[in-house]
Amino acid sequence: MPQQETADSNITYHTFDVLIVGAGGAGMRAAIEAGADAKVGVISKLFPTRSHTGAAQGGMAAALANVEEDSWEWHTFDTVKGGDYLVDQDAAEILAKESVQAVIDLENMGLPFNRTPEGKIDQRRFGGHTRDHGKAPVRRSCYAADRTGHMILQTLYQNCVKLGIDFYNEFYVLDLVMNDGKPAGVVAYELATGDIHVFSSKSIVFATGGFGKIYKTTSNAHTLTGDGVAIAFRRGIPLEDMEFYQFHPTGLAGLGILLSEAARGEGGILRNASGERFMERYAPTIKDLAPRDMVARAMANEVREGRGAGPNKDYVLLDLTHLEPAVIDAKLPDITEFARTYLGVEPYTEPVPVFPTAHYAMGGIPTNIKAEVLSDNDTVIPGLYAAGECACVSVHGANRLGTNSLLDINVFGKRAGQYSVEYAKTAKQVPMPANAADDVIAMIEKVRKSKGKEKIAQLRKELQDSMDKNAQVFRTEETLQEAIEKIQELRGRYENIAIQDQGKRFNTDLLEAIELGFLLDLAEVTVVACRERRESRGAHLREDYPDRDDKKFMVHSMVYQQDKVQKKTGTNMKIGWKPVVVTNYQPMERKY
Amino acid sequence: MANAAAPVIDSFTVTLIIRRFNPEVDSEPKWVDYDVEMYGTDRVLDALHKIKWEQDGSLTFRRSCAHGVCGSDAMRINGRNRLACKTLIKDLDISQPIYVEPIKGLPVEKDLIVDMNPFYQAYKDINPFLIASDKPTKERLQSPEDRARYDDTTKCILCAACTTSCPVFWTDGQYFGPAAIVNAHRFIFDSRDEGAELRIDILNDKEGVWRCRTTFNCTEACPRGIEVTKAIAEVKQAILRGRA
Ligand SMILES: Cc1cc2nc3c(=O)[nH]c(=O)nc-3n(C[C@H](O)[C@H](O)[C@H](O)COP(=O)(O)OP(=O)(O)OC[C@H]3O[C@@H](n4cnc5c(N)ncnc54)[C@H](O)[C@@H]3O)c2cc1C
Ligand code: SF4
Ligand code: FES
Repeated sequence: MPQQETADSNITYHTFDVLIVGAGGAGMRAAIEAGADAKVGVISKLFPTRSHTGAAQGGMAAALANVEEDSWEWHTFDTVKGGDYLVDQDAAEILAKESVQAVIDLENMGLPFNRTPEGKIDQRRFGGHTRDHGKAPVRRSCYAADRTGHMILQTLYQNCVKLGIDFYNEFYVLDLVMNDGKPAGVVAYELATGDIHVFSSKSIVFATGGFGKIYKTTSNAHTLTGDGVAIAFRRGIPLEDMEFYQFHPTGLAGLGILLSEAARGEGGILRNASGERFMERYAPTIKDLAPRDMVARAMANEVREGRGAGPNKDYVLLDLTHLEPAVIDAKLPDITEFARTYLGVEPYTEPVPVFPTAHYAMGGIPTNIKAEVLSDNDTVIPGLYAAGECACVSVHGANRLGTNSLLDINVFGKRAGQYSVEYAKTAKQVPMPANAADDVIAMIEKVRKSKGKEKIAQLRKELQDSMDKNAQVFRTEETLQEAIEKIQELRGRYENIAIQDQGKRFNTDLLEAIELGFLLDLAEVTVVACRERRESRGAHLREDYPDRDDKKFMVHSMVYQQDKVQKKTGTNMKIGWKPVVVTNYQPMERKY
Repeated sequence: MANAAAPVIDSFTVTLIIRRFNPEVDSEPKWVDYDVEMYGTDRVLDALHKIKWEQDGSLTFRRSCAHGVCGSDAMRINGRNRLACKTLIKDLDISQPIYVEPIKGLPVEKDLIVDMNPFYQAYKDINPFLIASDKPTKERLQSPEDRARYDDTTKCILCAACTTSCPVFWTDGQYFGPAAIVNAHRFIFDSRDEGAELRIDILNDKEGVWRCRTTFNCTEACPRGIEVTKAIAEVKQAILRGRA
């Protein structure tokens, strides 16, 4: 499609009907849905197939019932219970109901799922997914060996190529332009040239993924710095449920590289130093396949109580040695290769050292079931959408079940595409203000010309160390306070940075500095939300408030940026609360 | 059994000699030495980060996942194409400096970053998507044997390590190159696909599979362990037989 570009010094202008920011699973699924009918553009800071969806391993949940009895209602229940009842149940129902079609869509697009002997899509077990409301584990995860995310990302990109979708790769979106409270477009920085691009669009979809890099030990890519989430926040959009950050039980010890839960789905067992299968004590019914929050906490507890393995007793062991090597090769080839490459451990014969790793943001930009972004508890911002890990619908509540994110990006990515294109058909373009790029240009020039003393890498390291120490699996008022003070100190020092690369072309030095700015914002929101939620629920464990408190906290948190420092939070953030949508399932105690 | 993970090792100094080129100031690429303190279990990517973060912020390279799944950081390390994030320092000869340069055959943009567009174009040219005339409402069936037929070539992460290790590609940038053929293979041998003839026609071109000289560089370079040369041979056979 022809595009209108007018050169104004080195600012280029573009106009679209639907503009998607992010080319991971959620962004490309939205593009495919929107693509046929409208002028669609996708902006991505990475070439699409480099997005972190490609790192996902284990599978995508859908009650196909290909290998045993299953139902979407059981899936809904598991999702709600897994999320410790903080899930919006209307959204969870959509997730589970639309899962079957989402998997069929992918198969029809060409995704090479593993197959049953009859040629149907094969399914395997995953943590927290059960038959008939918790009776036993169920085989619900559709998979392609242990590279399901890779296959989803490739298949979606292939279909974008087929549809001729217009991509702007290695373009960094750095701002959302709002005109009188309405979204007019985005401003992006082109990595190759250092040029600025202003994109106007009737609909804008954010699909920028997660922000695991606020932590040191993480399964997330270097590029997962939460840009879209932070940009929305800076433009006055609240962030929902940021205290709920998931720690995946099985990261390679010391490195954080993920070993999928599929390892336990296929029969792998967690053991402490004495070889005990300790999960029998914590979740007697489904043991190693309990939800991630419970397993991560159990592991951290084993280590804390001195039962950790290794010279420093600081990890536990994932034992696959009783599995047939042929099964490992067929179903878990990549992750066993990671153990060999990075730890020099042979999983056929040796157990693999593992420890929880920062993995997934349950919280993010608040949306409704049409993927529309909200400016408060229920006001829609017309024309603005978000989907995938950057969004909070909320289908994951306080703790996401494994395989529900690949599902989320497909179901709500598709919805974002569908509703954004529908909106663009009748909407008028919000006028792009003349000075739309000024803020971004000022931000870039400030960093490019910075002559201070602080190094970006040092500040980032101190942030990540503090988050690992103070806001990881276990949290208290004191540790959180320490983290807030540290972040505020780092913010001050951030004003005094210097970068070394002053050039225009491929200036990744500059972009790392800007990404650190996003990380600082998101870390602070996370810690403020952690401190205000004085209870324990799902992934959020407050040692000083160890119980779930449904009277006070059966609500989503909503953090807003304010101009002035707020007395209550001691930061320039205000906290509000939003009711949880409950349809069929009243909160119960969570036992497995 | 338990302490397999963390044998206590000391750090040591390694020298990296990196081929650098900044188009805004240099007329020619130049080799620059850096000494960094590393552990044997660190990746070459860690060493590059250490240089960028502590010594010279202008050192430029692509990277994202840091564990060999996104395909961003293929580069020539000691003369061999590899992913910097999948190459451990201890697996190199550390008594010698480590030479790092961009992959060959694609235009260098800055330091270790090359222009990948010609590579992506070759990929797009082979129609890298399922071509099927049916409009199923349910999943299509595929036997595990049919699924296994193209398993190996589904692993490709488009890192370009294979194509840029190929001497034919170095001398003839028009050659489709191994990665495009690998991705054609992935569809030609998929029982659900009907586009084999189209792709075979494309690859029967003078810049297609017949340029392959079976030097096996691609297979050795592939960080995903794909049997690239075998895949190319299978596509050649499919052409000779008329189709898959
Ligand atoms: C190792 C690992 C394994 C996992 N395994 C599973 C699993 O088995 N099952 C499951 O359900 N879930 C799994 N998950 C979670 C799941 O993979 C992710 O939550 C999901 O893929 C996120 O998809 P996304 O499209 O939202 O974001 P991403 O795939 O991360 O894509 C984000 C996109 O945004 C772009 N972007 C970001 N910032 C900017 C910017 N400023 N300007 C322009 N573009 C930008 C990026 O270029 C990228 O294209 C796993 C996660 C990890 C880390
Ligand atoms: S075949 Fe292997 S080396 Fe070639 S692009 Fe694909 S993953 Fe990289
Ligand atoms: S950084 Fe992703 S493959 Fe190396």
